[in-house]
Amino acid sequence: MEHDQFKFIFKMAAVQGGMVDAKDELDIKSEPPSDGFGNSNANDGRLLSSSPGAGTGGTATGNNKPAPGPPEEQQTLLAVLQFLKKSKLAESAEILRREAGLPEDALDPKGTDASGSGPGLAAGSGQVDGVDASSLLSRVTVSSSAAAQAPKKAGEDQPDVSVVLSAYSQQGDPSLYDAYYSGLKRFIESVLDCHRAELSQLFYPLFVHMYLELVYNNNESVAKAFFEKFSGDQECYYEQDLRILSSLTKKEHMKGNETLLDFRTSKFVLRISRDSYQLLKRHLQERQNNQIWNIIQEHLYIDIFDGMPRSKSQIDAMSGSLAGEARREANKAKVFYGLLKEPEIELPLDDEDEEAENEEGKPKKKKPKKDSMGSKSKKQDPNAPLQTRIPLPELKDSDKLDKIMYMKESTKRIRLGSDNLPSICFYTFLNAYQGLTAVDVTDDSSLIAGGFADSTVRVWSVTPKKLRKVKSAADLNLIDKESDDVLERIMDEKTASELKILYGHSGPVYGISFSPDRNYLLSSSEDGTIRLWSLQTFTCLVGYKGHNYPVWDTQFSPYGYYFVSGGHDRVARLWATDHYQPLRIFAGHLADITCTRFHPNSNYVATGSSDRTIRLWDVLNGNCVRIFTGHKGPIHALAFSPNGKFLASGATDGRVLLWDIGHGLMVGELKGHTDTIYSLRFSRDGEILASGSMDNTVRLWDAMKAFDDLETDDFTAATGHIHLQDNSQELLLGTYMTKSTPVLHLHFTRRNLLLAAGAYNP
Amino acid sequence: MSERRFAEVSRDSVKLMAESAGLELGDEVAALLAEDVCYRLREAAQSSAQFMRHAKRKKLTVDDFNKALRWSNVEAICGYGAQDAMLFRSVKEGELFFVEDRDINLIELALATNIPKGCAETMVRANVAYLDGKGNVGPQGTVPAAVQSLSDDLLKYYQQITRAILGEDPHLMKVALQDLQSNSKIAALLPYFVYVISGVKSVSHDLEQLNRLLHMVKSLVQNPYLYLGSYVRSLVSSVMYCILEPLAASINPLNDHWTLRDYAALLLSHIFWTHGDLVSGLYRQILLSLQKVLSDPVRPLCSHYGAVVGLHALGWKAVERVLFPHLPAYWANLQAVLDDYSVSNAQVKADGHKVYGAILVAVERLLKMKALSLPQPAEGCSSSQPGCLAGPMGYRVSSPGLSPPPEPLAEAGLGIASHLQAGGAGCQWEEWSPVPLPAMYSELYSFFGDSLAVRFSTEQSFGGFSPCTPSHFRETRKEPLGHVSNPDTTRKMPQLTANLNISPRQDGSPRTDPPPPSLAATGSVRSLARSSMQRSRASSSRSGQRSIGLSRDVFPKARFTSPHSGPPTFSFVIGGRQMGRRCQGRRPFQTIFVPTPPPPVVLPRVYTHKLPVIGRVCKPLRRWTRSHYSLHLPL
Repeated sequence: MEHDQFKFIFKMAAVQGGMVDAKDELDIKSEPPSDGFGNSNANDGRLLSSSPGAGTGGTATGNNKPAPGPPEEQQTLLAVLQFLKKSKLAESAEILRREAGLPEDALDPKGTDASGSGPGLAAGSGQVDGVDASSLLSRVTVSSSAAAQAPKKAGEDQPDVSVVLSAYSQQGDPSLYDAYYSGLKRFIESVLDCHRAELSQLFYPLFVHMYLELVYNNNESVAKAFFEKFSGDQECYYEQDLRILSSLTKKEHMKGNETLLDFRTSKFVLRISRDSYQLLKRHLQERQNNQIWNIIQEHLYIDIFDGMPRSKSQIDAMSGSLAGEARREANKAKVFYGLLKEPEIELPLDDEDEEAENEEGKPKKKKPKKDSMGSKSKKQDPNAPLQTRIPLPELKDSDKLDKIMYMKESTKRIRLGSDNLPSICFYTFLNAYQGLTAVDVTDDSSLIAGGFADSTVRVWSVTPKKLRKVKSAADLNLIDKESDDVLERIMDEKTASELKILYGHSGPVYGISFSPDRNYLLSSSEDGTIRLWSLQTFTCLVGYKGHNYPVWDTQFSPYGYYFVSGGHDRVARLWATDHYQPLRIFAGHLADITCTRFHPNSNYVATGSSDRTIRLWDVLNGNCVRIFTGHKGPIHALAFSPNGKFLASGATDGRVLLWDIGHGLMVGELKGHTDTIYSLRFSRDGEILASGSMDNTVRLWDAMKAFDDLETDDFTAATGHIHLQDNSQELLLGTYMTKSTPVLHLHFTRRNLLLAAGAYNP
Repeated sequence: MSERRFAEVSRDSVKLMAESAGLELGDEVAALLAEDVCYRLREAAQSSAQFMRHAKRKKLTVDDFNKALRWSNVEAICGYGAQDAMLFRSVKEGELFFVEDRDINLIELALATNIPKGCAETMVRANVAYLDGKGNVGPQGTVPAAVQSLSDDLLKYYQQITRAILGEDPHLMKVALQDLQSNSKIAALLPYFVYVISGVKSVSHDLEQLNRLLHMVKSLVQNPYLYLGSYVRSLVSSVMYCILEPLAASINPLNDHWTLRDYAALLLSHIFWTHGDLVSGLYRQILLSLQKVLSDPVRPLCSHYGAVVGLHALGWKAVERVLFPHLPAYWANLQAVLDDYSVSNAQVKADGHKVYGAILVAVERLLKMKALSLPQPAEGCSSSQPGCLAGPMGYRVSSPGLSPPPEPLAEAGLGIASHLQAGGAGCQWEEWSPVPLPAMYSELYSFFGDSLAVRFSTEQSFGGFSPCTPSHFRETRKEPLGHVSNPDTTRKMPQLTANLNISPRQDGSPRTDPPPPSLAATGSVRSLARSSMQRSRASSSRSGQRSIGLSRDVFPKARFTSPHSGPPTFSFVIGGRQMGRRCQGRRPFQTIFVPTPPPPVVLPRVYTHKLPVIGRVCKPLRRWTRSHYSLHLPL
C-alpha cells in the first residue's frame, strides 16, 4: 500500500539526484503489500552512478516506468497528487499527473518519457523537500508499511496512528482478560516440556497486546491489575519494554508512543514447531478462547517449522528483539560476502607519484617487486560479488601509493593468536570536559579524530607530522605550479599544528569517520546533519541533510565515496559524497539505528538498532537481506571480520554475538563485559576480536577458535536452530583494564598493534 | 495500591503550580493533569536516556533531558547546565524543596585579581598500556605533571582530602582515609598524594602528622583501583623513613614513636604482601638498608628497633637472614646497655628493652615459622646436626652472658656492615646458608632463655631422632634451659604450655625452681608493676640479669637423662594462645607500644618475673590496626 507511495517519492529524490544510469533499465517490481518486512524500499536497479568520479554532470536519462499498479496503487498516486495540490505545488502535481497518466489515461505502462520530465520533477520535489521536508519525511516513514514511524515530532499529522490503534477497539469483556491469560498460562505450563518452552514465547506478545487493548478501551484499573499480575512472568530481557509499557496507562498516551506503535504495526514473530502449534490451536479451539486467538491471528506472526521443537536455551538465544525473531525467509537471500579482488598494482611506480603522495611523508624508493596481495586475490572468491556490482571509484595514484604502503606494512604484520596477543596502546583524551562522544582513527593510524558533545570535531595528528592547511587562494596563485614540490608548496606552514578543531555542527557529534584516503572526514550530529570535512583545508565541504533527527552514526565505505548513516528516524541512508541526497534509504528497523558499518566489499551495509536487531542491507537494491535477533539491548557496536564472512555485534547487554553472514546464523556468544560495548574490531587477519566497553576494559577474544569450532551442518543451516556452547571463558584471551576510561574506539594498526581510545573520566 | 513504580507528582503539587500561575484547578482536573505530567516526565526521561547512551556516559545530565524535550517540541529548561551536582534544600515548615541558589557577588567577580585560568586544552595522550597482551609498561595512567591538567573537581578533592587528613578533626580524617581507600577515580592524583607523603621528612618532629601520613599510605595501598606503579618506591621509602630514622620526635621520651615504627613496619609488610610484584626489586635493597642500620652501633636504639620490626615485618626469612646471623654481634651492645644501671642510662636502657622485646618477637616467629616450614624432621637432619651445631655452640658456651661475643662472629657482623657501607650489591646473600632449626633454637635460647615463648620439646624430639646425640650437644642445650629450669617454667605458666604434648616429661622433671607463679602470680606481678613501674622494672631486669648470669653455672643434667621415645617431631607452643580472650591472648608478644605519659611504664605481663623487662604493651592499638596486623602477619 503506502510503501509504494513512499517508493515513489523516493524515486523522485533519486531521479532529481541525477544519478540514474542511462544504461540500466529501471524495472520497478510491484511488491505484494504483505511484504512489509524491511523490503519497503524497492528501489531496484542501478541507481548508482557508474562513474562516481564524474560528479553530477551526468543527465538524468533514466527510463522511468511507473509500475502498472493495481487500483490501490492508483489511489496512492491520487493521494500524493492531492497532497501536492494541498501544498501548493502545482507544477509538481502537474508533472505527476502527466507522468502517471492520471486520471484520464488510467494506466499507461510506458508513460511519458521520463527523461524529458526528469529535471522538472527534480525541481518540484526539491521544492517539496525545501518547503516541508519534515512532513514529507513523516509521510514517507510513517506510511512505509514496515512502520518506520516518524517519531513524536511528526505526530500531529499522522492519521495512520489512529487507524493503527483502532485495531484494538474490538474487544471482549475486560474482566475476562485475566481469566483468558491465566487459562492459557495454565495450559502452557501443563504441556510437555518440549512444547512448553516454545509455547512460552507466546506469553510476552500476548501479554503486551492484551494490556494495550485494556488500556485502549479505558479499562485503566483492570489493565493495571493485569500488568501487576502477569508482568513478573515475562522474560527478564523484556524488562525495559515492560517498564515503558507500565508507564502507559491512558489511551491518550498511546498516541505517539513509539514502542507501542512498533508493537502494533509490526507483527511479533514467533518461531514454533508444527507440533507445538497444533497443540496450541487445538487448545484454543476447544476452549473457544477467541480473544487470544484473535490476537494471535492479528498481531502475531507464527513462523511454523517442521521438526524438533526448540529448547529453552535455543529460544532464548534468538529472542529478545522488539518484534520477536526474524522470519526464516528474511535470512534466505543470497549474500555475496566474499571480498572483492584487489586491483593489481604495478609496484614500480613512476616518479611523479612520489611527490603526488607527500602525505606519506617518507620518500618511496625502490619498492620491492612483490605482489602478495595481487596473487592472493587473483582467483576470484566464489562468494564475492561481481567486481562491478557496485560502481566503485577508480583508484587514484595516491590510493595506489597507499595500497603499496599497506602491503609493505602488512609484510611486517605480527601474526596474532591465542599465544601471541597484541600490544595495546591507549590514546587517552585528557581534559575532555565537554564530553567525548565519538572517535575514529585513520586506517594507517596517523590521525585520530574525536567528536565532542560541544559540537566540535577535533583532529589530532599522532605522528610527528603536523596538520597543515592549504594556502589561501591568493597565495596559491603565487606558487610556481611547475615546480616538483608543488604539493608541498601549497601547504601553509604557518598553520602547522597537532590539533585542528572543526566547527560547524550545532549538536553533539555522535559519529565520525575518516575517508580511506584520509582526505575527508565525516561527522554526524544530533543536529540531524552529516558533514563532510576536508582534511586539506580543514573546512566543511558539504552538509548532508535528510535525517532531520539525530544521526547516531556514520561510516565511509572501505572504498571511499559512499557512506552510510543512521539515526533516530529509524532509517539508514546511503550517500555518495558528491550527492546531497541519499542514494538509498534503508527502512525497516523499528527503533533508532544506533550504529552502521560497511561490509568490507562495500556491497552491504549492516545496521544495529535499539530495536535489538541487526540488519544487513544490500547496497545495490536496498533490500534487507539479513535480520539477526538475539541481543537483549540496543546494539552499539558492529564489526565485520576481515574476510567478510562474519559479523560481530556488541550491545548494552554486555554481550558480543557472532554471526555467520552466509548462513544467517548466530555462531557465538561472548560473555564477559559488564557494561555496554561501544567498540569491536577484528585484528587485520581476523584472528583476534577486540571489544571495548563502558566497563573500562578491553577484552580480547579468540576469533579463530570461535569460528573454527562451528559445525554448520545443513540442518542447522536450514532451520537456523543453533546450539551455542557456553565457551566464553575459553575464548577470552585477556581482559585489560584502563584507568577510569571507557573504551570508545578500537583500531588495529596495519601491523596489528591494537589502539584503543577513550576519554579519561575522573 | 501496590508499591509505586515511579515517582509521582501529586495532585497538590499541580494545584500549587497552577495557583502560582494564577489558575484555580478543580480536583479532577488536577488529578488528570498530575497523571499526565507523570507520564510525560517518564517519557522524556526514557528518551533522554538514549542521548546519554550515545554520548557514551553513564550519568544522565540535564543536557540529555533538554535534548529529549527539544525533540518532543517542548521548551528546554534553561539554567541547569552546570556539571556540578545541584544542592536540594528543604524548608521544614513549608515542606518546600528547592534548589539552592547561591548569591554571586558580581563586583567581587569582576574586580577579582585571580582570574581563573580556564580549563586545560583537550589533548590526546598515547601510552602503551599492555605489551604483547601482558604486563604494564611504564607507569600507567600517568598524568601530566602540570597541576593545570587536573580537573577542578580533582583539585578540590585533593585539597579537601589532604586538609582532612592532616587537619584536626579525627572524624574527618577517618572519612577522608576511607574515601582514599575506595575511590576509583583518583589515579590522576596519585603523584600528588605520593608527594605529600614524601613530606614525612619535614614533619619528623610531629608524631601525629607522621602517623596520619602513614595512614594515607595505607589507604593508597589498599585502594584496589590504584595502580601504584613506580610510585610504590616512593611510598616505601617514606615508610622506611618512619621505621628507621631517629625521628626528631624520639628525642622526647614522652613521644611514643615506637607505635609509629610498629605501624610503619606493618605497613611495609602490607605493601610487600599486596604489591609484591611491584616491590620485589626493592626487597633486597630494603634488607640491606635494615642490616646496615642494625649493624651500625652509632645509630640510636630506636633506629635499631625500627630495623628489627622492619625485618620482622618482612617475614621470618628476612629475620633469619639478617637478624639472626647478626644477633651475636648485636647482643653484646644491647646487653651492655641493659646492664648499665646508672641513672643517666635509664632512658637508653628503657629503649634497649624495647629493642630486646622486638628481637624476641621476631625470633619467636622465626622459630615458629621455621619449624612449620620444616617437613618431618628427617633423620638426615639429625645426623647433620651435631656437626653444624658444634661451631656456634662452642662460642655460645664459651661466651659468658656479659662478655662480648667471640671474635669470629663479631667479624662476620662487621663484614656485613662494611659490605653495606661499600654499597655493593648484596652478594652477601649468596654466602648465607641457613642454620638448622635446633641450632638456631639453642643459640636463641642462649640469648633469651625462657623468654622465648616458642618451645620445642627438645629432649623428646632430639632424643627421638638421635638417641646417640653427643651429650655435649644436649648439655649446650640444657645449659640455658637450666638456669630457668625449663620444665618448671612450663608448669609455672600453665596457660602457656597447657597443651604441651610432652607433659609426661614435665611431670618427671625435677623442680629446682621456686614454685611456679601461675595466673594469680602473674596477676599480682601485673598489679605490682602497675603500682610502681620503677620497682618492677628494676626487679625484673635484675632478675633477668641474674638469670643470664646464672645460666652459665647451672647444669641440670639430670633431667635429660631420661630419653623419651616418641615420634621425631618438633612440637612447639605459642605462648599465650591458651590464655583466652580476657587475658588478651598473645598480645604480649606483639610488642605494641602505646603512648603512655611516663614512657617506660611497662606493664609487665605474664613473663615479667623471668625477664629483663621488655617494653611490652599496655594499651592495644586501634582495633583495625590490629586486625590488620593479624591479617598480614599470620602467626
